[in-house]
Amino acid sequence: MKEAADIEMKKPSGNTKMLRAMLVIGIISALLIVLAFELTLPRVQKLKAEALEKAIFKVLPGTVSTQAFGINTKGEFIEIENNDKPASTYYAGYNENEKLVGYAVEAAGQGYADIIRVLYGYNPNEQILIGFQVLESKETPGLGDKIEKEQRFLDNFKALDVSLSNEGQLKNKVVTVKQGKKQKPWEIDGITGATISSRAIGNIIGTSTMEVIPMLFNNHKMMDDTKSNQKQMDIHE
Amino acid sequence: MSNDHTSSKQKATSTDEFIKGLWRDNPVFVQVLGMCPVLAVSNTAENALAMGLATAFVLLMSNILVSLLRNFIPKQVRIASYILIIATFVTVTDYAIQAISVELYKSLGAFISLIVVNCLILSRAEAFASKNTVWKSILDALGMGIGFTFALFCLGAVREILGNGSIFDFALFPEGFQNWIVMILPAGGFFTLAAWLLIINVFQTRKIKS
Amino acid sequence: MNTESLGSIFLNAALVNNFVLAYFLGICPFLGVSGKIETASKMGGAVMFVMLISSMCAYGIHAFLVAINAPYLQLISFIVVIASTVQLVEMFIKKMSPSLFRSLGIFLPLITTNCAILGVALFQTNKGYEFLESVVYALGAGVGFTLALLLIAGLREQLNFADVPGISKGTALTLFIAGILSLCFMGFAGLGAQ
Repeated sequence: MKEAADIEMKKPSGNTKMLRAMLVIGIISALLIVLAFELTLPRVQKLKAEALEKAIFKVLPGTVSTQAFGINTKGEFIEIENNDKPASTYYAGYNENEKLVGYAVEAAGQGYADIIRVLYGYNPNEQILIGFQVLESKETPGLGDKIEKEQRFLDNFKALDVSLSNEGQLKNKVVTVKQGKKQKPWEIDGITGATISSRAIGNIIGTSTMEVIPMLFNNHKMMDDTKSNQKQMDIHE
Repeated sequence: MSNDHTSSKQKATSTDEFIKGLWRDNPVFVQVLGMCPVLAVSNTAENALAMGLATAFVLLMSNILVSLLRNFIPKQVRIASYILIIATFVTVTDYAIQAISVELYKSLGAFISLIVVNCLILSRAEAFASKNTVWKSILDALGMGIGFTFALFCLGAVREILGNGSIFDFALFPEGFQNWIVMILPAGGFFTLAAWLLIINVFQTRKIKS
Repeated sequence: MNTESLGSIFLNAALVNNFVLAYFLGICPFLGVSGKIETASKMGGAVMFVMLISSMCAYGIHAFLVAINAPYLQLISFIVVIASTVQLVEMFIKKMSPSLFRSLGIFLPLITTNCAILGVALFQTNKGYEFLESVVYALGAGVGFTLALLLIAGLREQLNFADVPGISKGTALTLFIAGILSLCFMGFAGLGAQ
């Protein structure tokens, strides 16, 4: 009986102790986490922006400066300031003479192992793709990852035809063909040992360009008119 | 109870706390603990090293905090508290790695967060840090952490050397070397760890026989 | 960006990127429990259940944290939810089937530190899955985990009668088997893709 009474007496302070401990630990944890987050945020953002810029420079050769664009509800370009990130972002690259090199577009799709994310560069004046880089891929090392490393495959994207018909749609859908069988300028010469991965790239680029190129091309025409005004502003800055 | 006697006894035990984690009680090879995040990202020496150091860091910080609060945390909520503390330091480490290198963060990815369920850290908190002084807990964490990193490095190095012909991205073999791709695949992780355990088993049995 | 169908998400989680054989997650209980087929199947069932619940909660938590702009609390919240779910499951099993409770023993609370469950929550968040996609993903992951566990348990049971070098018995052998199984599962790659 006495023990029961003792236990009864111990219980309330036991509960408070538990609560107190969890509370204190919770506060310490929250402080540490928020501190780490705030301290690292500027640098993390800087690193991400640098990495993105590097990729854009790679797929739009000759670029020295970039400008991000989003699409508003009317399907028109709007310039993006700093941290806005609409659903689809496109990057215009300008060379050292402030002339447009092209637009960098992000695309993604299912590969052999997991989702592949790529960046490709589009030159609206010649209506071709001029650059390609894999951003993220978990393809099989030594096999699927040839899509990133094999120069012959990457050369596909130095002048891939994505010209538009008079109706403003893509004349021919980009597609991957068997290695060595490339005949048309809109075909991608595949990789024999990595059929699925190289076909996946074909699908990703094909689907993305069908959707994006007509829209980019139209907006580019509109931009061209207002570009001289922008150039004036840039120089004065 | 002279001071000299106590301090020399403590000194011997201190070194012991540190050393045991390196080999005798090596977390991966002997205790076979904390392997989950280990195998997935130990496909290159650099990844393995980074992962090991990250885990060691979390282990160190959590051991310190748990030891500091050991008389403050009631028994019933101890596991929950340990997990909370560990999760905090893992989150901190996650942001630290993001700030260090985008490439590294991409390679390690979500597996950094998975350090929180690394059985090793929880077991050290429960078995040691909650019952010992801060200093001893630090030594324990350092020993286990270094032992863990060392073991991970053995895994990653072997996998990279055989699977990619390189170490830390330095090519080791001439062009003609056929990479054992399987080593970079998950299967290779299993095989390599099994092989190391096998080798260590051989040594142990030899020691027992002699 | 999501071009995956529900079916391919399921197949991906269960076979192509099997949590145990491709990602090495959930190995701790794996090595300890997988000695017998019976315990393995019970463990798998419990894990599958916890995965499902945690996945749904994780989706909700992530949405909430994004709304209040506190993404850094993600890991802690996930862990807390998983630990609580395991507690509930433990109490439930204890009431419903004391024999099952006893046979699972220490491994039940160990589910909390099962990397696979946290892995499901983290991966689905990183991939940006919607609610239904997350649920399917968790189901696939659970099925795959149980499958891997059953396969290894079955093989281990057979191996007890086989003539293997004494030195490799135990963990080393299990790992070799797991490695071979992992290679086999690689054959599933590409399943569910266009």
